[in-house]
Amino acid sequence: MEVNNLKDAGTPAANGGAVISAKDLDLTFQTNDGPVQALKSVSLDIEKGDFVSFIGPSGCGKTTFLRCMADLEQPTGGSITVNGVSAAEARAARAYGYVFQAAGLYPWRTIGGNISLPLEIMGYSKSDQRDRVARVLELVELAGFEKKFPWQLSGGMQQRASIARALAFDADILLMDEPFGALDEIVRDHLNEQLLKLWARTEKTIAFVTHSIPEAVYLSTKIVVMSPRPGRITDVIDSPLPKERPLDIRETPEFLEVAHRVREGLRAGHNDV
Amino acid sequence: MTRSIPVLTVVAAILALWYVAAVPMNAQWAYDRAARADVELTFSDLVADTWSQEKPRLPAPHQVAVEVWQTTVDKKITSKRSLIYHSWITLSATLVGFALGTTLGILLAVGIVYNRVMDMSVMPWVIASQTIPILALAPMIIVVLNAVGVSGLLPKAVISMYLSFFPVAVGMVKGLRSPEVMQLDQMHTWHASASQTFWKLRLPASMPYLFTSLKVAMAASLVGAIVGELPTGAIAGLGARLLAGSYYGQTIQIWSALIMAAALAAVIVSLIGLIQRIVLKRMGMAT
Repeated sequence: MEVNNLKDAGTPAANGGAVISAKDLDLTFQTNDGPVQALKSVSLDIEKGDFVSFIGPSGCGKTTFLRCMADLEQPTGGSITVNGVSAAEARAARAYGYVFQAAGLYPWRTIGGNISLPLEIMGYSKSDQRDRVARVLELVELAGFEKKFPWQLSGGMQQRASIARALAFDADILLMDEPFGALDEIVRDHLNEQLLKLWARTEKTIAFVTHSIPEAVYLSTKIVVMSPRPGRITDVIDSPLPKERPLDIRETPEFLEVAHRVREGLRAGHNDV
Repeated sequence: MTRSIPVLTVVAAILALWYVAAVPMNAQWAYDRAARADVELTFSDLVADTWSQEKPRLPAPHQVAVEVWQTTVDKKITSKRSLIYHSWITLSATLVGFALGTTLGILLAVGIVYNRVMDMSVMPWVIASQTIPILALAPMIIVVLNAVGVSGLLPKAVISMYLSFFPVAVGMVKGLRSPEVMQLDQMHTWHASASQTFWKLRLPASMPYLFTSLKVAMAASLVGAIVGELPTGAIAGLGARLLAGSYYGQTIQIWSALIMAAALAAVIVSLIGLIQRIVLKRMGMAT
């Protein structure tokens, strides 16, 4: 199994089984107010099947880091590999699905049409598109909504549709940038639960940016705490929680202990400033 | 029904104002004629006369209506005196110019959006082109094209195009740039080609902007075609009717041509509105 993974990823042995590997990543934005260091020597390995959350105050570079993985930003130093190749090559190979903060569905396409959009771009056949749309809609519990237009759906349903769109093609990495940030608490709980089920079923590797501590702890196998000015990683916590997680796991001592450590990490990052 | 009441009120007010204005505007001629005939004019005589003169300064609405009726319904449409015939001459130039202008406007917009050099250099020229009075430019276009053997419909269509490409270019630049950064990033994550991004994102996103521009462009096209007919020697078209009318003091003819032009504009612009509603509804973007 391990050997197969290595072969699939085509990685040099040095990376082990890491799907995403960042080494001394630096990124400095040139702004009108002078250079801003968004990321400073960020190193991290994400293993296959991990659910990694990035948490930190705004300006800590968590979204920038995710965008580096997606080849949406170019690091100014260090290196990053995705599936063993550069982020640009991984993007060209359609190695990941990216879920943005807003659903960003096209108002002129139905839900089904929106989900088949990346499939059209990638050249899947019509019948394959139909099958995949039906499958992912079922996966995010939106079966029967294929012919509806986005404005006919609630915010939570739209975001589920955008997750379905990211799942529709065969990317085994899912990059999610505060996908539930704009939703209310109850909808968010529900979607978190669904996301965990989906992750268990699809065995994807997920990188998830959030600013909610309970969300990060509830979802993740690994929590990366970041702090701003310059954006850097201050703590990496491997979650002791079991893979099977009902919502009320959030009341258990183990959960609270991890949450406490995350909060400490965030506070420490703040004091540095 | 409730929506038509304010419209009808305004129309009634305009008609009333028009009738009232016709009296003092045409009074002088009525007084002169009465003086020559050596008769005293009562007020009702005066009003009756000012509303029924043959060459009034301001014809009364019913005179214009009768003229429009006589030159549309009562004349064969092949007749040189049929307003339908002249309208068709103008309309055909308008439509050709509109099609050319829309094409040019869209091509310019695509160039401006996709090409940095064009973005920096073309827009100022586009704007400058519209600051030149079309009345000054139109005769030159007609003469130059005539010199190279192009006459008839095409020179007028070129003038229409000159006026109508502008709103389309400006509207489409805005429309093609309307997708959010996030939507463009999204295309990037799917490794979409530039043409895929254009056909699947930028172009559909620009549709509401396009239709708004098309309405303005259509009205501008009509103005262009009419202006284009003025320097051609008043052969045919609504512009020719206007010019001929002013040569011979046929104010009723001028006004009926004006009313016809306005009606034509209303019809073709609302036709675009109809297409807009159908297309946007089918796209799920009805507003």
